[in-house]
Amino acid sequence: MNNQEQTPLLEVRNLSKHFGAVRALNDFSMVVRPGEVVALAGDNGAGKTTLIKAISGVFQPTGGEILLRGQPVSFSTPQEAREKGIETIYQDLALADNLSIGANIFLGREPMRKAFGFLPVLDRKAMAVAAKQTMGRLDFHVSRLDAPVSNFSGGQRQAVAIGRAVYWDAQILIMDEPTAALGVPEQRKVISLIHQLKAQGRGVIFISHNLQDIFAVSDRIVVLRRGIQAGERKISETNHDEVVKLMVGG
Amino acid sequence: MTTTSSTGETHVAPQADHGDPARSLIARIADGRAWLFLAGLIICFEVWSRLAFGATFVLNPFNLQSIAIFAVAPLLLATGQTFVIISGGIDLSLGFIMGLAAVVAAHATNMAGAAIPLPLAMLAGILAAVLVAGVPGIINGLLISRLRIPPFIGTLGMFGVARGAAYLLAGGTTVPVQNSWFALLGNGKFHGVPYLVMITAVFVVVMHYILSQTRFGQHNYAIGANVQAARRAGIDIKDHILRLYVLSAMCAGLGGALYAARFTAGAAQAGEPLLLDSVAAVVIGGASLFGGSGTIFGTVAGALVIAVIQYGLVFVNVEPFWQFIAVGLVIIISVLIDQAQRRFSGARQDE
Repeated sequence: MNNQEQTPLLEVRNLSKHFGAVRALNDFSMVVRPGEVVALAGDNGAGKTTLIKAISGVFQPTGGEILLRGQPVSFSTPQEAREKGIETIYQDLALADNLSIGANIFLGREPMRKAFGFLPVLDRKAMAVAAKQTMGRLDFHVSRLDAPVSNFSGGQRQAVAIGRAVYWDAQILIMDEPTAALGVPEQRKVISLIHQLKAQGRGVIFISHNLQDIFAVSDRIVVLRRGIQAGERKISETNHDEVVKLMVGG
Repeated sequence: MTTTSSTGETHVAPQADHGDPARSLIARIADGRAWLFLAGLIICFEVWSRLAFGATFVLNPFNLQSIAIFAVAPLLLATGQTFVIISGGIDLSLGFIMGLAAVVAAHATNMAGAAIPLPLAMLAGILAAVLVAGVPGIINGLLISRLRIPPFIGTLGMFGVARGAAYLLAGGTTVPVQNSWFALLGNGKFHGVPYLVMITAVFVVVMHYILSQTRFGQHNYAIGANVQAARRAGIDIKDHILRLYVLSAMCAGLGGALYAARFTAGAAQAGEPLLLDSVAAVVIGGASLFGGSGTIFGTVAGALVIAVIQYGLVFVNVEPFWQFIAVGLVIIISVLIDQAQRRFSGARQDE
């Protein structure tokens, strides 16, 4: 346990991001340890999105540093962040609805094989096998692997997006409002998926407006207010009222 | 699935895709609607022609040849158009790129024929046509990918530019080709199958391979369904769009070269009436103009549907203006089927 404390998966130190005179993020620090779910909470415009975009390589931070397993890193593109194991799962589901689960998992990095010994073709079988195994690890069982993902429900598609991150061995998953567009049973499905990611030793940064979800799944909560860290609490030692007070600055 | 209960979670994981076979049957019918149309049309014309003239329509090899020849030029445009429409774009410049390529093919074949043997001159002419067609394709691609001009407007502009360039190059008239090999390519047959049809068949198979079996094709579908997702997956959208419009322009270039072979002349207006036929073939073939769906073989069926209507109505001696009405109706019905299928699959998502 102590060892884990010493080498967090991800550490953000004194991170700042300024847009002209606007200080969207100011001197912000946080850590994510293996197997830990950290919730980011804050009102609209508090800087949550700026923070995750800085971590995932969309923005270059103005100041401060990001450490991955103790090593300082800097990403100039989201692609680089992804290669280092930081995957962002977006609210609006970055899936191509017309493609199968396998094709979505491998989108942009499709495996090829040689047909008749010379002709390069997409290796759909390998994609389907990998899709079945990966989705199986997330307790999501599907037999018709050639079906486009538009055939599946919102929660199932969220699972596909998470499955893609898992397949490419993302160590840190940033989930932006993963339950926002879903019905209640689907939300519970996503919460249970996050529990499984946690059990696999991955770090999760979970952004949500829904305090109930935050309390259901997180180990710690970090509250942002106007670009600064307004407070950090262990979920076991806080309650809804305190978090809301931190968020609104009461 | 049995391990689920031991994790302590209250949910169980059922098969995620229960009840899909029914949907997939309807989807399959909708996907294959172009071939059903085609079969229906052929049966109609067969019955009509037997009742009216006591002659067969479809078993007559001359009819089949004529329909295939009819379908070649729109099909060449439509294969390129299929790629573009799947990506969510449209290429309106293809018709006059084809005209430009036909004029270039005629000039280049004539010029090369003065210096090198005729068969080589023919190949040089075809190559020149395809390469020159690539130029407006590059410009289209750059306008759309780099300068973010909507495909409709960008290619509409290129429609005008290519048209003017083709007429200027042709000197306002048609350019005759003096090359017996080129004429043979356009009009010769091997065991009753025209060379043009053979070339087009090979070309279509290659394009089917590119669309269905390569990363380029796969990314094309992804971009058409969700550009944002494709970008986040690390696909270079700008590069893809550029290559896409060059590809479609080169399809039109080949169409222009084969036109010049068939009529042994290059004409700037070669592809003018074919542009909308190419879009119609793609739509009848099952592609959605919103992007993300469509296949090359669907487009082949779409092009054949149009060719059968056009040739069949002439064959059964109906006034040619009915062709426009018939093709128009088929397009509308085809889009209606597409919409119905979408509603159906959409309804399933709500449960």
